[in-house]
Amino acid sequence: MTIQTSLGRRGFLASATAVAGGFSLGFSFPWASAEAADVQELNAWVVIHPDDKVVIRIARSEMGQGTLTGLAQLVAEELECDWSKVTTEYPTPGENVRRHRVWKNFSTGGSRGIRESNQYVREGGAIAREMLIAAAAAEWKVPAAECKAADSKVTHSSGKSATFGHLAAAAAKLEPPKEVKLKDPKDWKIAGKPLKRLDTLPKLKGEMIYGIDVRLPGMLVAAVHACPVHGGKLKSFDGAKVEKMPGVKKVLSVDNNAVVVVADTYWNAKTALEKVPVQWDVGKNGDVQQDQITAMLKEGLDATEAFVGNKAGDAKAAIDGAAKKVEAVYAFPWQSHANMEPMNATARFTPDKCEVWCGTQNGEAALAAAAEAAELPVAKCDVYKQMLGTGFGRRGRADYVRQAVLVAKQMPGTPIKLIWSREEDMTHGTYHPTTMCKLTGGLDKDGNLVGLHVRISGQSILAGLAPQNLQNGKDPGVFSALNAGGPESAFGYNVPNLLIDHAMRQPHLTPGFWRGVNTNQNAVYSECFIDELAEAAGQDPLAFRLKMLKPKYAAVLKATADKAGYGKPLPDGHFHGIAQIMGYGSYVAGVAEVSVSPDGVLKIHKITAGTDPGHVVNPAQVERQIAGSFVYGLSAALYGEITLKDGAVEQTNFDSYNVMRMDEMPRVEATLVPSGGFWGGVGEPTIAVAAPSVLNAIHKATGKRVRILPLMNQDLKKGA
Amino acid sequence: MAVLNVNGKSLQANADPRTPLLWVLRDTLGMTGTKYGCGIAQCGACTVHIDGVATRSCQVPLSAAASGKKIVTIEGLAQDGKLNKIQQAWLDNDVPQCGYCQSGMIMAATALLAAKPNPTDADIDAAMTNICRCGTYQQVREAIHAAAKA
Repeated sequence: MTIQTSLGRRGFLASATAVAGGFSLGFSFPWASAEAADVQELNAWVVIHPDDKVVIRIARSEMGQGTLTGLAQLVAEELECDWSKVTTEYPTPGENVRRHRVWKNFSTGGSRGIRESNQYVREGGAIAREMLIAAAAAEWKVPAAECKAADSKVTHSSGKSATFGHLAAAAAKLEPPKEVKLKDPKDWKIAGKPLKRLDTLPKLKGEMIYGIDVRLPGMLVAAVHACPVHGGKLKSFDGAKVEKMPGVKKVLSVDNNAVVVVADTYWNAKTALEKVPVQWDVGKNGDVQQDQITAMLKEGLDATEAFVGNKAGDAKAAIDGAAKKVEAVYAFPWQSHANMEPMNATARFTPDKCEVWCGTQNGEAALAAAAEAAELPVAKCDVYKQMLGTGFGRRGRADYVRQAVLVAKQMPGTPIKLIWSREEDMTHGTYHPTTMCKLTGGLDKDGNLVGLHVRISGQSILAGLAPQNLQNGKDPGVFSALNAGGPESAFGYNVPNLLIDHAMRQPHLTPGFWRGVNTNQNAVYSECFIDELAEAAGQDPLAFRLKMLKPKYAAVLKATADKAGYGKPLPDGHFHGIAQIMGYGSYVAGVAEVSVSPDGVLKIHKITAGTDPGHVVNPAQVERQIAGSFVYGLSAALYGEITLKDGAVEQTNFDSYNVMRMDEMPRVEATLVPSGGFWGGVGEPTIAVAAPSVLNAIHKATGKRVRILPLMNQDLKKGA
Repeated sequence: MAVLNVNGKSLQANADPRTPLLWVLRDTLGMTGTKYGCGIAQCGACTVHIDGVATRSCQVPLSAAASGKKIVTIEGLAQDGKLNKIQQAWLDNDVPQCGYCQSGMIMAATALLAAKPNPTDADIDAAMTNICRCGTYQQVREAIHAAAKA
């Protein structure tokens, strides 16, 4: 399978340039030449070739999470095509604009790829199927009700049959049905099955094209260095000093905050960039130190002003009148996405056209950024999406696209591939926001939780990235997994008196969306503190939770605990810790099995992870997402920490920002317990239970409550 | 002009002799299967074989790579269109997620299997130090064991 960036014939005159761009990139288009004239678009989602090949259009971006395969399964299920005939392609964001957003949202984040679009992509498949059936019925002059579609064929009750490839031309001319009935998931044959991904083979041979691999005729390569302090400006630079260095074509600046060297190769550009004398105006942010951030967040823990996210009864009075009061303060640091593929984009600008090739989680945002930077109408711009070497929320932002276009604009006609070094990537991220949290709980004499106050202090992503989306100043996302209700991320415990509020404190370092963000820190706060309350109540952490949890939450936690053998004997020195949350529309739980040696060495032996996402489109890929989410979540818990010195990020590469390798990864056993009736996400939810389940297990093993992440800064040694 | 032996072919590379092999492969020779991840030999995305040894090509200057050494990249593993044992196991076990680190993973695993046809989990831990941010480690381990049995 090759991910193709061009489109079929019908109504696609404007995409001719995209095809040309695709060819020059060396993509293979097995159908584009000889058969192009016979290719039939049945609707925006389904294209059928005379040889029965089915092209399913995918609007969302593939970055490893498997959405491309899952969405194709859903369309193919309704279409009733032969899965072995399926290929996929990305429509371009520009085509989406030209066709009045026929593919709707391109944004790929918040674990929404499948849950948000499953209904309309399935309808796309079903409508195409009905048109193929209608075409067959017309050809045979029989009632459509006597015909059935299966395995890329339409069959009549008399035994007559015709292939989709044969029927497609006639079907494409028919009016699409106004309404279609979708299959009951229990009748699924393609969706719901553990099928292999569609995009594996080119990844095994070095043939998959990521943004960083794009090559265009006459292309030059740019290296960039922006002011190390976020918000700082470029004062001056001396490009003449490096203009004679090997391969250097141009030295320039963009947005008055970054220096760029354009050269024949990346190495020559990067080598010259390091030699450019630069003066920065770091502004007042240049004085900010890490301890000031800690003080700023601490102050918010007791501030009188705060946004209320969830309230029931009178928490303060209930806690004051409780038999036992428990209080704890937790802290969560900034963290880098550390995407495998550093940020990059390729742009070609001419006064009447701007094209961008890049990996992006939001093709339409990338298109808007390109048009704005190019100062051209959107109709004269387009973005050709490439495979992403991970995204994790970072590639939803288009700052790197803007930079590439601004460079290309200064060299009209020349394609420019702009690549961030790992150091540039790590120091100019949009970071997992930093927060602290004070939790106060009151227990009655029987150990029941009668009042809980959760005070979050710290950064809001919306306030940093999109303040226009704040709701009367409040960022609802800050309360993820702690909300009063709703289908997205509600708090699972019945607590009669509850107050969850947020004192917003915004340091200058840019916050951003991150895999599992907001649920990550809130799960640490709430699930570790629930363990503290259980201990104070003298109750088992599982039993303590189950008596307060709402049914769906309790069911997943119970299933996960059972699968892990919670409460049964473990090997000597091994201990279990548990955690659960609802996030991204799914209910999840984790059980961590750890040991800690007397000299403080932590070993995470096994994770058991349960999830109820309502429906499972591909169990094999969901299991992989769950296992992978623990690598990401445990990397963050063990090592993830971005700190500031003189206003700039101190960590620059994987030597100063460590991540989990193979030798540290525990065995992850996923248990899928879909209960139906809703569609939840799977890429992110389970990451949130990684840290709290391990922290709770560490407490069992050592008696220590670790309340400040990352773990690498904590001494787990006996007696320490 | 340096001459490199890459995947059995003699290729001319017109680049500064200090240029890392990684960037010679990617920018000068147009072989983009070998990936850039960190540039400091931490992540392993740029792993190639030099005389059979898994090597992080971001740390090998062109001058050192050109002296008659046999370089094999991800593009050179399949022979006559047939995947090698590791690639086939990766396909059978559906290992990659985003796939960006997998060129390096496959090169490291191929070298491991050549040196130790039946690696233990400890051997795998020691040899496979590549970073994968999607978190495919569990599938990588299973696929290496599967390839060893194949």
